[in-house]
Amino acid sequence: MRELVIISGKGGTGKTIITGAFASLAKNKVLADCDVDAADLHLILKPKIKEEQEFLSGTEAVINKDLCNECGLCRRLCRFDAISEDFLVNPIACEGCNFCAFACPQKAIAMQKNPKGKYFVSDTKFGHFAHAKLGIAQDNSGKLVSLVKKQANEIGQKLKSDWIIIDGSPGIGCPVIASMSGVNCALIVTEPTMSGLHDADRIIKTARHFNAPIKLIINKYDLNPVMSKKIEAYCKNNDISVLGKLAFDKTVVEAMVEGKTIIEYAPNSETSNKLREIWNKIDNEVI
Amino acid sequence: MIISIASGKGGTGKTTIAINLALAIGKVHLLDCDVEEPNSHIFIKPQINSKAPVYISVPEIDKSKCDFCGKCSEVCAYKAIAALKTDVLIFKELCHGCGACEYFCPQKAIKEVNRNIGFIETGEKGNLLFTGGKLNIGEAMASPIIKEVKNRVKPEMINIIDAPPGTSCSMIESVSNSDFCVLVTEPTPFGLNDMILSVEVLRKLNVPFGVLINRSDLGDDKTVEYCENENIPIIMKIPFAKNIAKAYSQGKPIIEALPEYRKKFIALYENIKERIK
Repeated sequence: MRELVIISGKGGTGKTIITGAFASLAKNKVLADCDVDAADLHLILKPKIKEEQEFLSGTEAVINKDLCNECGLCRRLCRFDAISEDFLVNPIACEGCNFCAFACPQKAIAMQKNPKGKYFVSDTKFGHFAHAKLGIAQDNSGKLVSLVKKQANEIGQKLKSDWIIIDGSPGIGCPVIASMSGVNCALIVTEPTMSGLHDADRIIKTARHFNAPIKLIINKYDLNPVMSKKIEAYCKNNDISVLGKLAFDKTVVEAMVEGKTIIEYAPNSETSNKLREIWNKIDNEVI
Repeated sequence: MIISIASGKGGTGKTTIAINLALAIGKVHLLDCDVEEPNSHIFIKPQINSKAPVYISVPEIDKSKCDFCGKCSEVCAYKAIAALKTDVLIFKELCHGCGACEYFCPQKAIKEVNRNIGFIETGEKGNLLFTGGKLNIGEAMASPIIKEVKNRVKPEMINIIDAPPGTSCSMIESVSNSDFCVLVTEPTPFGLNDMILSVEVLRKLNVPFGVLINRSDLGDDKTVEYCENENIPIIMKIPFAKNIAKAYSQGKPIIEALPEYRKKFIALYENIKERIK
């Protein structure tokens, strides 16, 4: 079983569209959406939820007003400015470190475990799908990413799948690092803009830092062919294989509006043909 | 005044809006809170005057004082300390710097040391003041850097914050306490889905907001319908144009490539100012 994560550094370069296309093209795979705080893959996979579990992670301090004598120690100790002057805890600022609860002389602070989201295992017409929904204004998305990956892995092991295909999130921090762990390939989707190249450079360095093997796609390459050439030169200098270049294509947006993968919506389009080529390369080259 | 520019989905045009709004107003403080993938500086090209490291505190154990009682490991909520019979291991990447271990160590064997996780740059370009943060490669926690960037908000100035994508910790840290948030979206199913999540976050944070629809002629009408049903003001629409995309790709502001947009961004600012009143 091989694991592929699609990431980009910069947002909006086409990760989910490309993951959707691979969902159509790959055989015997498990899909996962690890962009848990702005998840979109379900909009084209249309999952039927089979299992649903609460994501319980970390804790939040709650002050019992009957026991509290307002000595102020908790406010002085808290490094996250989570306790107000009238001794109310701001659950968004609270990092769940327990420091205040341990230190409170009145034992007036309890740590409460709150559900911070949900994670699911679903059926789709393309195969099994592990995904999640982070609660509104919740943190801890790295841990939820790891849970989603674990679910996908368990299904993959059980069914002896060939591939786990993971839609990642933008950025280079916690959720991205979690989604990259142990993958056989990190596929980086970039675009021919100065921001695209700048951000690709940072995500490539991040992937290398965590020893993830890298391949790259340039999306919407024709929006600035000069910049596309620069990205190709950058890849050559850094020993990164460019699997293909996709042209800007309004059909991609039409497919999304219809809730379909580009392969389903326009199977014979140039974009679909290119994506087929790219997928075959991944299937043949990634070990 | 603090105006933040956010969006759930990435690549909808946050940085484009932030930098063009800033340049159109002129005398502003632009703060780049997308510390994982900061891009504002590419368009502004500020002259950087100072660069300061950002640290978080992590414990260091004086093994000559430690009696391996295990208290530090017991109080650490992040499993960043493992106490063994004759040794104590610290996993610095897991430490959130809460300070509990140092406080509770009965032997006073722990002292906190600084660990560098990124840096803050400040600079200027004409009237414009620039502050940007950058997370070091391989570091997971962006929030402490975003906090540092926001500590440099100048209350007497117009502060424009370029927020990171998503709807979790980094985005919340960036937009909280804003006087107004411009929610940038594109009228596609992905754009709408992530915008709705952002709307819920902003409502929870009590931050007033309006929606800016970028590439407004691509996709469908559902974003406009949603905003009408939810009584959310649409404060600007920017149609897709290849020359806007091209200017962006070259690191050029729209108002330089298409000067007629200067007026539109000033109107956007006037609109926001009215709404803050």
